[in-house]
Amino acid sequence: MHSYGETDLSTQAEHSSTNRRDFLYIATGAVGAVGAAAVVWPLINQLNPDASTLALASIQYNIAPIEEGQSVTITWRGLPVFVRHRTPKEIEEAKAVPMADLKDPETDEARTKPGHEQWLIMIANCTHLGCIPVGQSGDFDGWFCPCHGSHYDSAGRIRRGPAPKNLVVPPYEFLSDTLVQIG
Amino acid sequence: MSEHSTYVPGTAVEKWLDDRLPVVRFAKEHLMDFPTPKNLNYWWTFGAILVMCLGVQIVTGIILAMHYVPNVALAFDSVEHIRRDISGGRVIQATHAVGASMFFVALYIHMFRGLFYGSYKAPREILWILGVVIFLLTTATAFMGYILPWGQMSFWGATVISNIFSAIPLVGDSIKQLVLGGFAVGNPTLNRFFSLHYLLPFIIAAVVALHIWALHVPGNNNPIGVDVKDSRDTVPFHPYYTMKDLFGMVLFMIPFAWFVFFAPDILGHPDNYIMANSQVTPSHIVPEWYLLPFYTILRAIDFNILFIDSKLGGVIAMGGAMACLLVVPWLDTSKVRSGVFRPMFRWFYGLFVINFIALMYLGAQEAAEPYTTLAKVCTAFYFLYFLVILPVLSRIETPKPLPTSISESVLGNKAHA
Repeated sequence: MHSYGETDLSTQAEHSSTNRRDFLYIATGAVGAVGAAAVVWPLINQLNPDASTLALASIQYNIAPIEEGQSVTITWRGLPVFVRHRTPKEIEEAKAVPMADLKDPETDEARTKPGHEQWLIMIANCTHLGCIPVGQSGDFDGWFCPCHGSHYDSAGRIRRGPAPKNLVVPPYEFLSDTLVQIG
Repeated sequence: MSEHSTYVPGTAVEKWLDDRLPVVRFAKEHLMDFPTPKNLNYWWTFGAILVMCLGVQIVTGIILAMHYVPNVALAFDSVEHIRRDISGGRVIQATHAVGASMFFVALYIHMFRGLFYGSYKAPREILWILGVVIFLLTTATAFMGYILPWGQMSFWGATVISNIFSAIPLVGDSIKQLVLGGFAVGNPTLNRFFSLHYLLPFIIAAVVALHIWALHVPGNNNPIGVDVKDSRDTVPFHPYYTMKDLFGMVLFMIPFAWFVFFAPDILGHPDNYIMANSQVTPSHIVPEWYLLPFYTILRAIDFNILFIDSKLGGVIAMGGAMACLLVVPWLDTSKVRSGVFRPMFRWFYGLFVINFIALMYLGAQEAAEPYTTLAKVCTAFYFLYFLVILPVLSRIETPKPLPTSISESVLGNKAHA
């Protein structure tokens, strides 16, 4: 009987650089890699904000009691938010700043709602590394972050220091003259 | 390393075990008979001291985890409960907290020893890189551990450091939310940091095992940096260095014990005895002392560099400062290992040490002049040392003549004395 031995197999392998077995190896490996990724994904995804955190995404706030020149800090999505009732002087100062002086150019109008220019609503975390800036201080009559020395002006725009961006204005709308919905 | 083995199983039982799992042979080769240069000084005891530090942190940490509660409402009180109510808890908690600082004292000394004596040079590059990996893992572990007491510095330290992720272009904010498990530091953050703080020390222990493995392939460097030539240059690790290391540990335990018993809070920050409050930032956020040099580099970049904004720039600089350590074996190409024989290197090395201490000092200062300018100068020198001074020195310096062997240098010193 003809022996279907080692010689035959090795000759076959030498002749063709890729054969059926190579294809099976690669296909098996590919399926294995996809399977491993599919298993890892939920293990990573569980780290994302959970449903209870996301559920707090929208709040309403009554701004009537806030006097001119007064500022309150409220919580939205676990973040502190400044609600500032600006004085006419501060609004004027903010509007007078030439765009060329700004690191992150944005007009005062773009940061407030029309007809409600006295109200400045911003997330109270410094855009550098997240500290809460101190109100009505710094060199630009706005906010000063004590952590790394960022100065913001009376429209919450970055003027000096390591922060790259203006204080973030969250999505919000005036439901009435005294009721604001954030988120 | 089996050529160093002098192990002969004494009994039939030992022989039986040796044929199946030669742990006794392994221990004898690597913990007792291992040929070690006979001129190692006390700077070389810090490796063993670090193993002890890791052990102390793991033992005290496991005990603390039996009493600690990782929940934003309970964490702060549970730490106070440990300190006030648990039997001996005051000392165990203090040992863990002070132990973190002592760990970094030993870690920095160990690293600066390596930088002076050229312990990172061939054939010890992998050994050095594993050491840097251990340093980075220890930093991450210590940072997460500092969050757990849930004081004001815990919270705001976590806020500041997690904002580093948001500097990454495009995906930064998503990564930050993934890390924190929310839009800000909160209960999910505390829970996962506790879990990882418990896990990482065991990963560190595993990398330490690799570090020692990588050490036992080429063997120890030594203060003159000349390779071991023959058996006259070495002594067995036990009893010579087991005893020297033990003595080093005893000396190290003296300041350690002083802190634990007499000033357990002196290395901490008073603000961390106020419970975390997401509405109030402490007027002056300071990380723990051992992170200060890198923190200074992070905030020294307060200006945009081309299209890179200042925030991302700071993060890149801090990452770069650590990356310099990883590649130093290829930046310093001088064939002479030990700084003892490098007349120019010694001066720059001295400046580097002073500069590092200055970076540490500046990290604790307010973000105001003259500190901000000094921080930029010191940051510049840090990078200059690695990226310019070391490569240039390697080319232009004429080293002093090296002793022909460890044996000769030891006997030569004796003749002078």
